[in-house]
Amino acid sequence: MVSPSDLVGTGKKKSLYARRQPVFPKAIDGPFRRFKWLVMAVTLTIYYVTPWLRWDRGANNPDQAVLVDLANRRFYFGPLEIWPHEFYYVAGLLIMAGIGLFLVTSAVGRAWCGYACPQTVWTDLFQHIERFIDGDRNAQARLAKAPWTLGKIARRALKYGIFLLVSLLTGGAWIFYFADAPTLTRDFLAGDAAYVAYATVGLLTATTFVFGGFMREQVCIYMCPWPRIQTAMMDEKTLIVTYKDWRGEPRARGRRTAELSDIGTPEKLGDCIDCNQCVAVCPTGIDIRNGPQIGCITCALCIDACDSVMAKVGKPRGLIDYATLDDCKAEAAGARPKPVWKTVLRPRTLIYFSLWSGIGLAMLFALGERTRMSISAQHQRNPAYVQLSDGHVRNNFTVKLRNMELRPRTFEVRLEGLPGGTMWTSGQERSAAGTTVRTVVPADTLAKLPIFVAAPGEGEENDTFLFTAVALSGDTREVDQAEASFERPAR
Amino acid sequence: MAEKKRLDEATNTETVGHEWDGIEELDTPMPRWWLWTFYATIVWGLAYTIVYPAWPLVSRATAGVWDWSSRGQLEQELAAEEAKRAPILSAIAATPVSELQGNPQLFQAAVEGGRAAFRVNCVQCHGSGATGSKGYPNLNDDDWLWGGDIEAIHTSIEKGIRQPGHEDTRMSQMPAFGRDGLLPPDQIADVVAFVRTVSRQQPASAAALRGKALFATNCAACHGNDAKGNRAVGAPNLTDAIWLYGGDEESLTETIYGSRNGVMPRWGEKLDPVTVKMLTAYVHSLGGGEAKPVQTAMTGAAAK
Repeated sequence: MVSPSDLVGTGKKKSLYARRQPVFPKAIDGPFRRFKWLVMAVTLTIYYVTPWLRWDRGANNPDQAVLVDLANRRFYFGPLEIWPHEFYYVAGLLIMAGIGLFLVTSAVGRAWCGYACPQTVWTDLFQHIERFIDGDRNAQARLAKAPWTLGKIARRALKYGIFLLVSLLTGGAWIFYFADAPTLTRDFLAGDAAYVAYATVGLLTATTFVFGGFMREQVCIYMCPWPRIQTAMMDEKTLIVTYKDWRGEPRARGRRTAELSDIGTPEKLGDCIDCNQCVAVCPTGIDIRNGPQIGCITCALCIDACDSVMAKVGKPRGLIDYATLDDCKAEAAGARPKPVWKTVLRPRTLIYFSLWSGIGLAMLFALGERTRMSISAQHQRNPAYVQLSDGHVRNNFTVKLRNMELRPRTFEVRLEGLPGGTMWTSGQERSAAGTTVRTVVPADTLAKLPIFVAAPGEGEENDTFLFTAVALSGDTREVDQAEASFERPAR
Repeated sequence: MAEKKRLDEATNTETVGHEWDGIEELDTPMPRWWLWTFYATIVWGLAYTIVYPAWPLVSRATAGVWDWSSRGQLEQELAAEEAKRAPILSAIAATPVSELQGNPQLFQAAVEGGRAAFRVNCVQCHGSGATGSKGYPNLNDDDWLWGGDIEAIHTSIEKGIRQPGHEDTRMSQMPAFGRDGLLPPDQIADVVAFVRTVSRQQPASAAALRGKALFATNCAACHGNDAKGNRAVGAPNLTDAIWLYGGDEESLTETIYGSRNGVMPRWGEKLDPVTVKMLTAYVHSLGGGEAKPVQTAMTGAAAK
């Protein structure tokens, strides 16, 4: 306990800046550690393997399963191809990610931070490498303090070399999402890739090396806005990693004998034996027993550490455990611990979940209903109309036909609802004008078709009519319409 | 104040010593690396001023060791753009204007180049949408004074119209029937009545009948017996709905009295052949461009 005299400042001038306290987390095994291994394996596999998955889309089309083709403004995801105007699917995914964050955070707190965040995964990876080369916690601390002998220099060079290699592979994998992976690999190694590819790899290598190798928990504590946002989204019913002080205090280390008389009877001693294992394994170097704090990414390694110690001293597990603040209060008052599913299933999380899945289903429905063609008509404003010699009036349009399928298709454009109206396109004569124009739109292309429309000069100053486009060579007949306006000189 | 500074129990950090309704502020020290990033930005800033033009001197700023300038970059980009366009321009130069349409891609490139050249050289008279105005033909419509096929348009642009001092320019001259005393005012009125009748602007009348006879002797040589004009001499079709100077009584009277004879410069002298070709393609693409050389029915009738 802190004595009152400790609470008064010494008046000594303190530095405005604090050095980073090095963290040497101890290796630990347990269910949460194994879960973290699994998450790391899955996320890293997804990250590295995805760009190499192939998907046959026919000749002259990219065969990469997941490809963000920025140059041609296409996003390929397996059987789906997203055009820029369909970007609302991506917006929908972002909204789902946002609500998913609400859902996960309100139910299990900072689970993202503890398991899936790239900063966490790569920091974890780097710490394993560190242990592999320098040894566990104590050896690492000793080496840090040791003078710079040849052996230390060699170890450091090896460690940073491996860090750099991992960073390079990390940064290198990113660019494969934006171009054909095998081609880009070849070009990249031959030095023929675009400048931006090298710049991206360089930048991501540098950030991975610095953030994973050196900054680590500093990123989470000082740089990342996520902890602040997530803290605001948690409540008393959110599962967090917490130390059950009502069960652990007063801590028993060394007190059984020496300070027994000060505290009272042995029965009053808490379960915490002050072995500091929870601090030793913490990747951010905090003491969870000080209560919930911004430095805790809820990786739950302290639970593994504490449970193993509790097993050794013959006490029940869960002195440090996932629990809600409400449950802690209730348990302290003597209630039975609540099962986890009961804390997770509550109105707030259910509302988030129904919103999240509702948006997901709506997007799936929209995806199933979407057409792979469209027409739009743009009226040429300069001039708005042209007087023709036979008394008719001509309007010029740019009709845009989108063929979003990966094969060329014939489109028939029909002029509907304009009395006496005829149309023709460039390369045709007005003598050949009719009410339909046919054109072949190449695969995956937006075709701009100049359309001239002539109609009798007598009539409304503004006539609304329709351009109807029909995709003729499709298994399903796709139709789209565009409203247009025919203008005449004022009489 | 200082005596109020105390250590926070949970974090062991000193407070700043102030208290607002029970709320205190911790005097948490900044992480040291934060300071280093600040130093790094200073180094970056200084390096930037060495590499790029920065420090102002008397007449100009320091050039920077990379010798970069925005003007130089613009020149590079322009040169790159020109290099990109060079093969297209030489392809246009090598293609006769009548065969330009045989290559749709090349034709489209020519149209776009012509659009840009039109903005610079032609909009002053023909307007930004090529719609013309009184005395300056609308290039969008299907009525052509000297012909609307691609070669005729090319000749009009290259040689000009009624450009003084050149034999090969498009030439014709309508007499000033009133001013030169060829027709008295009442006869001019009769011709106006006839023209307005054949263009279906007013019903047939006695004046129009008198005008018909006058037209046959004075006007038909160029405009044709059926008043449908003759492109060989730039004589407009008087029966259609399009009027260069207006089809109302007053405008027609003025036209016949004093004649018009509009002039267009010989662009072949001012612009390079490729630009003239591109302008031709652009004008032809506006909607009135004709595929075949002048239709025989029309000239045939006019030539009779």
